[in-house]
This record gives sequence, structure tokens and C-alpha cells, in this order.
Amino acid sequence: MIAAFALCLAAVQHPTQVLVWGGDAEGGAPFVEADPADPSRVRGFDVEVAARIARGLGRRSAQFLQVQWSNIDQSVERGDFAIGLSGVEDTPARRARHAVTLPYFEFREVLAVRPEDASRILGLTDLRGRHVATLGSTIAYDMLLGARDSTGLIAISYDDDVHPYSDLVAGRVDAVLLDHIIAQRALRRRGGTGFVILAQPVAIGHYVGVLAQANSALRDSVDRVLREAMRDGSLEQIFRRWNVWDDSQGAFFERVLRGGMAAQAARTATSNQVLAYVPSLARAAVVTLLVSILSMTLAVIAGLALASGRVYGRSVLRVATTLYIEIIRGTPLLLQLFVIYYGLAGVVRLPAFIAAILALGLNYAAYEAEIYRGALEAVPRIQLEAGRTLGFSELQILRLIRGPQALRYALAPMTNDFVALLKDSALVSVITVVELTKQTAIYATNIGSWVVPGALCAIVYLAMSLPLSRLARRLERRWKAP
Amino acid sequence: MSALLRIDQLSVRFDGRDVLRALSLEVARGELVALMGPSGVGKTTALRAVAALLPFDSGEIVVDGFALSPGPVPQESRLVALRRRVGFVFQAHALFEHLTALDNVTLALRHVLGKTRAEAETIATALLAELDVGARAVAWPRQLSGGEAQRVAIARALAPDPPLLLMDEPTAALDPARRSVLGATLRRLCQQGRGLLVSTHDAEFARAHADRVITLTA
Repeated sequence: MIAAFALCLAAVQHPTQVLVWGGDAEGGAPFVEADPADPSRVRGFDVEVAARIARGLGRRSAQFLQVQWSNIDQSVERGDFAIGLSGVEDTPARRARHAVTLPYFEFREVLAVRPEDASRILGLTDLRGRHVATLGSTIAYDMLLGARDSTGLIAISYDDDVHPYSDLVAGRVDAVLLDHIIAQRALRRRGGTGFVILAQPVAIGHYVGVLAQANSALRDSVDRVLREAMRDGSLEQIFRRWNVWDDSQGAFFERVLRGGMAAQAARTATSNQVLAYVPSLARAAVVTLLVSILSMTLAVIAGLALASGRVYGRSVLRVATTLYIEIIRGTPLLLQLFVIYYGLAGVVRLPAFIAAILALGLNYAAYEAEIYRGALEAVPRIQLEAGRTLGFSELQILRLIRGPQALRYALAPMTNDFVALLKDSALVSVITVVELTKQTAIYATNIGSWVVPGALCAIVYLAMSLPLSRLARRLERRWKAP
Repeated sequence: MSALLRIDQLSVRFDGRDVLRALSLEVARGELVALMGPSGVGKTTALRAVAALLPFDSGEIVVDGFALSPGPVPQESRLVALRRRVGFVFQAHALFEHLTALDNVTLALRHVLGKTRAEAETIATALLAELDVGARAVAWPRQLSGGEAQRVAIARALAPDPPLLLMDEPTAALDPARRSVLGATLRRLCQQGRGLLVSTHDAEFARAHADRVITLTA
């Protein structure tokens, strides 16, 4: 650790000595992955490209900095590292907002489908009404969104590139659109079975290095090194070592060296582009609201059952309900989401939306149950005795006397819980449900700024939660014990 | 004439301590019996035992032919006949906080006796008027004065028309003028043929309005 600290210190003190570059080791091989022989080091073709660039720039070495893939642009602009390299795609929005290097690798966006569908599905147009998975914040995702209107397919966004393929094999989605490198890696991991990769690419894309907008001088130097590496064959060697070299790369290198690739015009993020996201933000807000309302309904019903079990049940039921409540409250909601969606997939393959509602609802039920138990126990005993002397049955007392009074104690904390649930619903994006926060993140990554999307997202959340908070305060005042 | 309420050798123990020892008394129809004695002598305990709100250890309680035996309180489903015979007015009134005065009175009429809302409201309105709180029918319990809340609680207990009414310390929160109005109201109930057993430590009230006074000693 001391050595690592010293290295960092050295990098800060002698910025010209070491090239600090950012990438996401979670993306894995062949881009960047932790070295199985020494997990403190990284390996992959992007690691070697970074080392080649460092050498060409006359730097002593290249130092890797871990950053989440979707945050590479923001991080490089903040100055966390000099260059971002990790399968970073060449997009007009990225060129408009950052200093972007020459493309150094050409990839194909390819469709993967189940073997039995290979004869029927030849392209995006054959996927009308079908679910197509990809990574969020990628060109592929943008292409799927674009194809949604023309072909009627349903785009599903994932945070990682492993689950799209496992869900394809499991039948949750009908196709996956991603870079051919990722598709081939996924197929190798599955021993070459489970799905096939369609030969005809849907589109061609390029990987680039991204630098801060103000760092165009360094970018120009990096471009010079990349050209050099294309000419002297060192880049080809790197790609061959990682088994990603094919004939198309040679032709691509020639085009780059002839200057044909410089023609990729930088297009700025226009107001049109900003407006284009408003409908999807509105759709995502509806998803957030729907997930929250349905989850809360489930939480209230299950919470009432749990609370009744704790207050009225025999000892076995009391122990069982207490156990449920403690386990749910004692483990992270994120874990529960994963268990219900992926963990149970072998037993029951729940659609993502249903799994999200189940996980959120059953989690919040534990908290609701404790609110209701407290509220039921807060109703004075004498009220129940008065009911008994009038001849009501226990069930009638609960329904007509204890329940309505308990509701007054419970309504304000329940409303607060609903506001919390509204915000916690952002977590369900990990199981592919695109709700407000996720859509905002996609939006922000694609236009390269969090300012407008963040503000819009905050306004929508506040528009949903502020009236509820106000309602909670009003109810609290109105029903304050006399 | 057989007694409406007969308590015979009633004993109640809490945590090995005698709270009530060998109480015997009778209340006839049309009779107001006052149960007197200092605080903690078991007056409330006796009333609660008659209303089957707590178990007793020995003795017998018979209300208009319905007998309660020592041991745990029977389930509510086995107490239906008792509930029709006994009304209870708590010292703290215990009005249902989420219902208006009128709905406090109609609730049992509708959901226990199965009357329609209209029938229940006719009976409740008449009862509230008779007890001089007709004008407060739509008020919430927290908006009522102590005297008004007590009269609404009496109306609620009388709604199912029980022959026996138990009242726990009804004068505790009343000024002298209100006490005598209450006394007159209770006498009127007796004239309707009801039996009343009232716990109190107000000797003056007991002397002025009760037919008989039974004094418990520690």
C-alpha cells in the first residue's frame, strides 16, 4: 500500500514522467482486466495501447486508474487522469465536448440471437415487438432507441455485458446488440453454445482515447504516436496478442493513415438533441411512478399481514414474522433485487418489472409492518375493552375500532416511506428497468453533461415527492393526539 | 322477584394478592346500587369482572340467568348473551376517537344488532336527545366537555338496550350541579326498569341517589 501511495505521489509530483490513464477493469478482457496472476495489476489490449502511447510520448510508464466506464468522460474532464481508454466509442457528442484521439480500433455492432432464431432474424427489422438487450450509454443503445420507432423493437439496457447474454440464453430477451469483441468473448465463456452471432454487422464503430477538451495539445501528440504505432506494426502486434486482429483492421489502419478518418465531423450537442430525450425522460418518470405505486401497494398489504401476525398470531407465527422482518431489514435491498431477479431465475423467470415490484414491495413490507405494529399497539386498551362490552367480535374490533385509529398514527410515517420508496426505486435499474435516474444517466452520458439532465431529473422527483411530504405534514398536524 | 345481577362470594387475586375478597351483592330491576369504598379496594375490579373484562378466582356472577364461572375469561363468541345484558360506562368514557358522537352510538346498533343506518340513527338521535346532548351529535369526542362525553358514553352503552348498566366512578370529573343532573338521569333509567351498579367514592351522591349503598373495606 505504501508503494502504491508512493507511486501516486510520484505521479502527482512528476506529471510528465508517468502517463496516468483511466479505464474500467470491470469491463474485463480483452480491454482491461485484473491480471489473474497478480490482481493488483491490469492487462488487456487497452493496457498495452496505453503503454505504447506512454512510450511514444517519452513517459517513464503508464499508470492505470480505475473509473466506472460510464463516467470516463466526466472524470477525464475533471483531471483525474490524462486519457481515458477502455473500449471508449467514437461518437459525435464525445467529439463535441472532449478532445478525442484518432480511432485506433474498428469494431462491428453485431446481433446475437438464440440458435433456433438464427434463420428468422437477420437484422433489426426482424425484431418487431421483441426485446433487444445492450449496454446502457453506448452507440448500440442509441441505435436501438432509434430503431424503436421504425421497427417497434423494445430496447433493454444493462449495466454490465455479461447478463445480456445470460438473459438471451434464458429467454428473457430475444437478441443482444453489442461490439463483436464482447459478443465473441461471451460466446467463448459459454463454450460456444447457447446463442449465435449474426455474420452481417448492424453498424461499424471505432474505439478512441478521450482527453479533456483543454488538453488538445496532448491529444495531437497521442495521435502522432498512434499513427506511428499503426505504421510500425506495434499496434497490430498488440491486437494479435489479444486475438482481436482481423483483415478489416489492416484496411482500417490504411484509411486512418491516409487521413480518411479525420473527416468524422464533430457535431455539437444541439438543443434538438437535448429535446430528443424529453419523451424518454417522461416515459421513465411514469415507470418510476408505476414501480413506486405498485410496490407500495404490495408493501401495505404484506405489511398489514405481517403486523397482524406479530400482534395477533400464535408464537410460531410471531417468530416467523419477526424473522422475516429482521432478515429483510438487515440485508441490502440491492442484494434482494439480485436474488429475486437472477437468483430465482432457475426456479421462476420473472420479468424485470415484476421482479422490481416484488423486491421493493417485499422489502418495504418489513418496514411497513413495524409501523403498523407500533400503531396497533398505540391504540389504548380501553378502546378495545369498550368495543368488547358492546358485543363486537375481535375481528370487528380490529376492522371498526383498532384499525381506523391505528391508521391515523401510521399514515404520516407511511407517507414518508412512500417518498423514500420513490427514490429507492432508482435501484431497480440494476435489473434492467429503465426508470428516471437510469434514463437521466443515459441521457447525461450521451450528451456529455450532467447539468441539464440532472436538473430535469431533480425537478421531476421533487414534483412527485414534495406534494407527498406536504400531505404527510398536514395529516400529522390534523391528527395529532388531542 | 329474582335479582337482575347476583354476585356471590366473588374473589379476585392479582400476583398472589387479594384485590377483592368474597364480595356478595344483588341488584334488582329498577334499582340503583352504589358500590362505595376507598381507592384500590376493588370497586372497578368488581365491575370489570361482571363485564367479563378480567378473570376471577372464585365465586359466581349471574346476570339475568347468564352465569360466569371462575377461570379465564371466555372467548367473545361465548359471551354474546352477556353482552346483550350488560352495558358499561368507563370512568374515562373511552369514546371511539375516530367517530362522531352519533356514530359512537350507532356503531354497535349497526354492526352487532344488524340494524340499518337509518334505524340506528333514529335510536341514537333519540337517546342523545334524552340525555340532553342531542345538539352535539356531529361533534368529535375531543370537542366534547367531560360531562357531554360522559352522557354520550351512557347513550352508547344504552343503545343495545341492556337491562343492567355498570358505571365506573361517573361523578369523578363532575361539578356538584352536574352531579345532581347525572343523579336525576340515572334515576330515570331505573324508572325504565333497568338495574344500575355504580362504583363511586362520592358518599353524598350515593346517599342522594342510590337505593342501596354497599361499602367495601380494605
